[in-house]
Amino acid sequence: MTDTLAPRLVVDNLTTRFGSDRAGATVVDGVSFALTPGRTLALVGESGSGKSATALSLMRLIEAPGRIIAGKVLLEGRDLLTLTEREMEDVRGAQIAMVFQDPLTSLNPALTIGRQIAETILAHQEMSYAEAEKRAVNLLARVGVTDAARRINDYPHHFSGGMRQRVLIAAAISCAPGIIIADEPTTALDVTVQAKILRLLHDLQQEMHASMLLITHDLGVVAAMADTVMVMYAGRIVERADVDTLFHAPRHPYTKALLSCVAGIEEDRSVPLEPIIGTAPDLTDPPLGCRFAPRCPMVQDICLRHDPALRALSSGHDVACLLVEGQTADA
Amino acid sequence: MPESPYMTKVSAPLAGTAASAPFPSSARRHWRLKSFARDRGALVATLFLLAVTLAVILAPVLSPYTAAEADNLARYAAMGMPGHLLGTDQQGRDMLARLLYGGRVSLIVGVVPTVVAGMIGLALGMLAGFFRGLADQIIMRCLDVIFAFPMVLLAIAIAGAMRPGVLTEVIAITVVLIPYFARLARTATDGVLPMPFIEAARAGGGSSLTILLRYVLPNVFSPVVVYATTLMGLMIVVGSGLSFLGLGVQPPTADWGAMVAEGRVVLRKAPHVTVLPGILILVVSLAFNFVGDGIRDALDPRTIRR
Repeated sequence: MTDTLAPRLVVDNLTTRFGSDRAGATVVDGVSFALTPGRTLALVGESGSGKSATALSLMRLIEAPGRIIAGKVLLEGRDLLTLTEREMEDVRGAQIAMVFQDPLTSLNPALTIGRQIAETILAHQEMSYAEAEKRAVNLLARVGVTDAARRINDYPHHFSGGMRQRVLIAAAISCAPGIIIADEPTTALDVTVQAKILRLLHDLQQEMHASMLLITHDLGVVAAMADTVMVMYAGRIVERADVDTLFHAPRHPYTKALLSCVAGIEEDRSVPLEPIIGTAPDLTDPPLGCRFAPRCPMVQDICLRHDPALRALSSGHDVACLLVEGQTADA
Repeated sequence: MPESPYMTKVSAPLAGTAASAPFPSSARRHWRLKSFARDRGALVATLFLLAVTLAVILAPVLSPYTAAEADNLARYAAMGMPGHLLGTDQQGRDMLARLLYGGRVSLIVGVVPTVVAGMIGLALGMLAGFFRGLADQIIMRCLDVIFAFPMVLLAIAIAGAMRPGVLTEVIAITVVLIPYFARLARTATDGVLPMPFIEAARAGGGSSLTILLRYVLPNVFSPVVVYATTLMGLMIVVGSGLSFLGLGVQPPTADWGAMVAEGRVVLRKAPHVTVLPGILILVVSLAFNFVGDGIRDALDPRTIRR
């Protein structure tokens, strides 16, 4: 990273595996990155590439049979992976908050929204319920819920999808977390609402000077929100660059393929969109060489035998591909 | 006294104590109450059950006779006889008095075991479903042992090992009901845990206890309440069976079920001896079901009409 700011969260060689040692799948494989205050890091990739698993791993919310088998998650110098569950509960929601994909099911249908936001606040701060509820009203007003004082007594089903996502965001920012993880925050929303929610997330992040990890498969969202982008494929980071470089000078064949899947309005429509041929590899039995090799249009013999490591191409631009100059076969 | 806590919860604010509720948002509770009250069936059923409860408590005031007092000159008196409003039975005992005193036993046996077993079963089922693993295995396998016996047979065996009486009946029925509730609660917990809002609650720093009480319980509670209310009528009948076998209340005290059983011998000669307690069992059971549906709708925020 080119930032001079000290990172707030450093993830180092995070590795998460589902199943046993012999039979199982490593869904997050040696992922490393850092989150910087006020900056947004986007994590993109296909479904099943390990994006959400990465987020859940660093929150330590991976459930059996999944487990984190290696790595460090350093939050202001403390390794979250060594904390007790009790200590971890204090971190979740207070220092790292998460906004989920599906606002329709991420709220408890049996509790009023005021109560749900207040519960999050009360989990971390000593105050009366009345105070927490008052704060919930302010938070709801801040995220753009009109008539917040009255609406705290409403249940989730009284809200539209976009409004529910606002409620979830209000709950997420209720303890002013330094880190916000947004896991496909707009996937379930329609386009006009998407833009408003992204705007809101961006404004709140700037206001709180928070770090954001934005997980998405929508490259439009990436272009609008991200400072830095990581491309994930089959559990690994295959390319990392600042947003301009990634969109204008991608180096990894997978990144290029991803970008060519997106229709641009000014493009010639006689040229069909190019889907990526094949499917993501079976992680219970990953290919020997590069994991993208079976689908790669530029595949060489060497790719089938050697597994590329993520190497720095230039300052702030890392690629894991043997065919990119500067990469060597012994990687 | 033989009133379910679920019902008192709902009926207490009806009496005008809603304003004193210590709950932060009494307005919310008020909606639930309104929703319940707007449900005609549930409202009528509640009032009916309250009336029945009051009547059996006030039995000595309402009836000049006791349940055991036999008037040998007035056996098989038909309904409407002067002095015996609902007639007399085969021994000349006043039917009204017997229904009132018998109702005490029947209501207790119908409500108390169901409520107690419901609470225990709910707790066990939620714990088993929430913590899985060893706790789950221990709780559910122990309950499976109880489950393996036919319900009534096991109740008879348990009651048979103790001194006959109402308490024995209550304990026996409670024990056999626990696994039914635990299974229901466990299944419901299983259904709630994969919901994204549980993960969201964890991500917000919620502890296991918070998640169990605030996120799992409210979503598991209503099916258990509804199930409990459907069982109450049935348990009145099961309790009668125990009494009939001499394991519950002893003659001359009778519950409604025992009255039906005794009366069937003289069904042709004096049908009211059988029919009256039978109708009461039917109507009270129905009323419990209506109340159960009302509570379910009132608890489910999606059906709140405002």
